[in-house]
Amino acid sequence: MDYVHSDREGQMPLPTAVKILVAGGFGVGKTTMVGAVSESKPLQTEEVLTERGIGIDNTSGVEAKSTTTVAMDFGRITVSDDLVLYLFGTPGQDRFWFVWDELSFGALGAVVLADTRRLADCFPSIDYFERRGLPFVVAVNCFDNARRYGLEEVRRALDLDPDVPVMLCDARKRQSSKEVLIGLLEHVMKGRGLTRTPQPVGH
Amino acid sequence: MTKPDADQRWIDEDAGPVVRPYAVTGGRAKAKNYFNVVAILIATRSAPPADVAPEQAKLIMLCQRPLALAECAAHLGLPLGTVRVLLDGLIDRGLVRVNEPHQAANLPDDSVFEALINGLRAL
Ligand SMILES: Nc1nc2c(ncn2[C@@H]2O[C@H](COP(=O)(O)OP(=O)(O)OP(=O)(O)O)[C@@H](O)[C@H]2O)c(=O)[nH]1
Ligand SMILES: [Mg+2]
Repeated sequence: MDYVHSDREGQMPLPTAVKILVAGGFGVGKTTMVGAVSESKPLQTEEVLTERGIGIDNTSGVEAKSTTTVAMDFGRITVSDDLVLYLFGTPGQDRFWFVWDELSFGALGAVVLADTRRLADCFPSIDYFERRGLPFVVAVNCFDNARRYGLEEVRRALDLDPDVPVMLCDARKRQSSKEVLIGLLEHVMKGRGLTRTPQPVGH
Repeated sequence: MTKPDADQRWIDEDAGPVVRPYAVTGGRAKAKNYFNVVAILIATRSAPPADVAPEQAKLIMLCQRPLALAECAAHLGLPLGTVRVLLDGLIDRGLVRVNEPHQAANLPDDSVFEALINGLRAL
């Protein structure tokens, strides 16, 4: 093995990467939210899962395998030269727990998007993050023709812990999606016993 | 060795996304590393050496600035697992450096949160 000499002088410090997940049921607006706050169109990557088939294919001697491709989309927000925030939409099909594990490993927290017309669709996400102990907030994506529910109604319907923030949002709007992410970060800070330093007034 | 018609059927059954990664990684499907999707990669050289595989050369060119593993995969149009395999070889040769993210549990302090919140507000 030939070791090459680096032609970069010294070791350039690399940025810290933080990751937040955007989860929720099928078509609830995950990709829309990632795109609304990211600095460019959401990127897409995939993980190929190989599942061992039952038995051995006798003619070839190769174990039969089936593969599934799971797509995930994500976006980037460059906070500074040394801090980058990545937002990952979780795969809509929640049977791919392998990919959820991969995405939530090292994540700071998660946004669970909910649609009041299909509230139960976000149960698997909530269960997952509760089990994993990953802090999350619930953001109710306000689709145009959905009946408006009070946040307390949503909280009760989802059987959430009292300290889990529930908020309304429009995933298409950058301002609204930003507020959700800030709400999540504040929630995570609180869970760690951190408090915000006072912000200058007039933002 | 495998009979040609067995190979043929393998490709027929798993056509599409599966065939390409296998071809790119020279049949090695499993990476030694399991880097985080947001592990940051940076090339240690400004140009790839002549003897790396074409996809590895592309990876080196992409990583002239720090990029997350997932970003590299997206730009190369390859699955994450395939890029991890490509990275094995590049890391062994010191051609790419990798910085794994902090575990959320031991993120340094308030300052990261403050910076994130202020960064979002400024968007
Ligand atoms: N009216 C309205 N439409 C929205 C909103 N958010 C998303 N949509 C629309 O809902 C549809 C689905 O949004 P996506 O962002 O693709 O949802 P997703 O959760 O990524 O979907 P999957 O990845 O397929 O599970 C798109 O047509 C969006 O334009 C919203 O806040 N209001
Ligand atoms: Mg989507």
